[in-house]
Amino acid sequence: MSEEKLTSKQYLAELTAKHYQDAIEGKKRGELVAWSSSIAPQEFCETMGIHVLYPENHAAAIGAKGGALPMIDHAESKGYTVDLCSYARINLAYKDMQECCFENIPLPDLLIICNNICNTLVKWYENLAKELNIPLICIDVPYNVDYEVTQERVDYIKGQFKEAIRQLEEICGKPFDYDRFQTVMENSSKAAKAWNRAMKYAEYVPSPLNGFNIFNYMSQMVCSRGRADSVKLYDLIADELEELAKSGQSQFPVEEKFRIMWEGIACWPYLSHNFKTFKQYGINMVGSTYPEAWTLLYEAGDIDGMAKAYASIMNNCNLERQIDLRVRILKECKCDGAVYHLNRSCKLMDFMQYQLQQEVYKRTGIPYISFDGDQTDPRNFAKAQFETRIQALVEMMEERKNQL
Amino acid sequence: MDSIKRILAEMTEVVSNPGQVVKSYKEKTGKGVIGCLPYYLPEEIVHAAGMLPIGVWGGQTQVSLAHTVFPAFCCSIMQSVMEFALKGVYKDLDAVIIPAPCDTMKSIGQDWLYVVPNVKAILTVYPQMRKIEAGVQYLKSEFLKIKKEIEAISGEPISDKSLTASIEVYNEHRQVLREFCTVARMYPLTITPTVRHLVIKSGFFMEKGQHTSLVNELINALRKCPAEEFKGKKVILTGIMAEPDGLLKVFSDNGLTVVADDLAHESRLFRTDVPDGNEDPLVRLARQWSLIEGCSLAYDPEKKRGDMLIDMAKETGAEGIILCMMKFCDPEEFDYPVLSVQFEEAGIPLLHLEIDQQMQSVEQVRTRIQGFAEMLNTI
Repeated sequence: MSEEKLTSKQYLAELTAKHYQDAIEGKKRGELVAWSSSIAPQEFCETMGIHVLYPENHAAAIGAKGGALPMIDHAESKGYTVDLCSYARINLAYKDMQECCFENIPLPDLLIICNNICNTLVKWYENLAKELNIPLICIDVPYNVDYEVTQERVDYIKGQFKEAIRQLEEICGKPFDYDRFQTVMENSSKAAKAWNRAMKYAEYVPSPLNGFNIFNYMSQMVCSRGRADSVKLYDLIADELEELAKSGQSQFPVEEKFRIMWEGIACWPYLSHNFKTFKQYGINMVGSTYPEAWTLLYEAGDIDGMAKAYASIMNNCNLERQIDLRVRILKECKCDGAVYHLNRSCKLMDFMQYQLQQEVYKRTGIPYISFDGDQTDPRNFAKAQFETRIQALVEMMEERKNQL
Repeated sequence: MDSIKRILAEMTEVVSNPGQVVKSYKEKTGKGVIGCLPYYLPEEIVHAAGMLPIGVWGGQTQVSLAHTVFPAFCCSIMQSVMEFALKGVYKDLDAVIIPAPCDTMKSIGQDWLYVVPNVKAILTVYPQMRKIEAGVQYLKSEFLKIKKEIEAISGEPISDKSLTASIEVYNEHRQVLREFCTVARMYPLTITPTVRHLVIKSGFFMEKGQHTSLVNELINALRKCPAEEFKGKKVILTGIMAEPDGLLKVFSDNGLTVVADDLAHESRLFRTDVPDGNEDPLVRLARQWSLIEGCSLAYDPEKKRGDMLIDMAKETGAEGIILCMMKFCDPEEFDYPVLSVQFEEAGIPLLHLEIDQQMQSVEQVRTRIQGFAEMLNTI
């Protein structure tokens, strides 16, 4: 089969397999492997030709495949309390076990984080650095208490980019290739735009996109957004969605009766349960913060812009801006309701969530429910609670539709 | 002995009545009072404006209103702080300063703007890459922002001269508290864990110069007494804080004395001076943050805390370490597994004790402390 005839699903599977295979084989050849947080500036490692693996992505896959529990048990036996992020617990266990139900990734030679999604990463990676005795590159983007990223913050982040380059040159024993850096920035920028273009199909009514597919699509954005392959993948997804939209079809398998926004990380161990529950009522999850999260827009060569893009990730924005973002998602994706995941793993999302819900509701009048869950610890989710809450949401959405 | 009693009574008075402290400071000086949440705020800036910085570290209370702001798995200091805030306990403060060293603190700063609109919040975010010059300069810009906010409240500019003078006052305070901690080791019967904590904590509710004098007086009074013989065991406390007082009493009940601490509420605050130099005083303040070591809230890829504690145990002759684990505190919870391995390798017994400000009874911890003390006695 020629490449042109590949479906996006096949291509994504191929890229995912290649991503892990390249790192595994590279490690065997003595090439450097880094572990990175999910929205860290991959541009630097990509420029240096370092294989980058993403523990959050890896942990999510382990969770989705039902392999979290033994790893969580191991982490607990080491003293990691159940109150900590389950991605961290799974990964810290993997570091010891090097065996899981998903791809067995090689241990890293270096680590890179950007705390734009949380400060938990800083503590998690400190432990990896200490126990593996390897260098840690930290890009600290101070939380934006102002609506915009201040110039003082941009200057500080740029100072860290320089420091990261210095560390990388030392680790790799070769100079940083600024020409290649330019190409990587161009690819990253193109991938961000292609991703955004594909995600825009969520706004169509009915949507040709099955929102739950975003949970699959995003992995390539996490793992390889500095590569031309990714541009090709998201262009392919966008083309397929365009085709479906033209012919009035959708990836969503049943009639789209309700459109909702999903707030927070997926409940990976219960992805198919959550989807089935939604499908039963014809609920398509068209709105989420994921499309925005990887739309890291900046022009290649614009370092200020790059610093701002990484600092403006929604988790790093003040509550006012977070509220505005949800209101915009609800409006743009024409949502009838919102589902808030009170994710036991993510204090940053949880501890502002009550205000977020109330303020968003005040401004939109769109009904919402919240449920208790966890991104990968299967013990922190109850199917019955989820189903009852969704049922309640459906009733509220129906009532509102009747009133409108 | 009488002077020691008098000094401790004075300290008890401020610690038990922070509301009164705020009122009388305002009446006496006509200046404002600023609440400082944990951790490491540049109190010197507030002090230089003639205002009183006062510690806002929660306290023992029943949480009900705060449950409308946070889910139950939020750290207990912030639950208490929010409960007090919603009950109007902080209404006489001219502002509070809220930093964002952890995800919980980022959140409380934002929530505050929505749910406690009547008490002004000055939000600040420290750099984690605190050792590179870009980090120091960024923190200086944050301190400049705080300075401007404080000036706006007081209506008067803060001169470099007064800021430099306040840095002196604070450095002296730090030095005197370090000295107190050393001297206290010789008087374990007088300076029980509860008293040691009181002496340090009272500094949160007094003008620092005044507190320095009082602690100096205490040190002098102690030195006149003969060193006390102690038959119990020496321990180090590490963690965020060791409260409520009931808990500290259980330590003494079981023959434990605190010879040193690594608590964010205590020694971590005064073991690092603001460095000397002719630089802009705000830069000097920012450099202090780059010099802090061994704290779960200050980025450290080498994680020196464990080695620092092992050294501390050697220097003080401590026979065990008690990790006062603030419930739901991510930074501390991540440090624990690494520390426990290090202490085991070093042969230092460790007790992991969960701390909850909402703790109504200390009976559960009593059994654990008792067991730990007994274990130390068998070594």
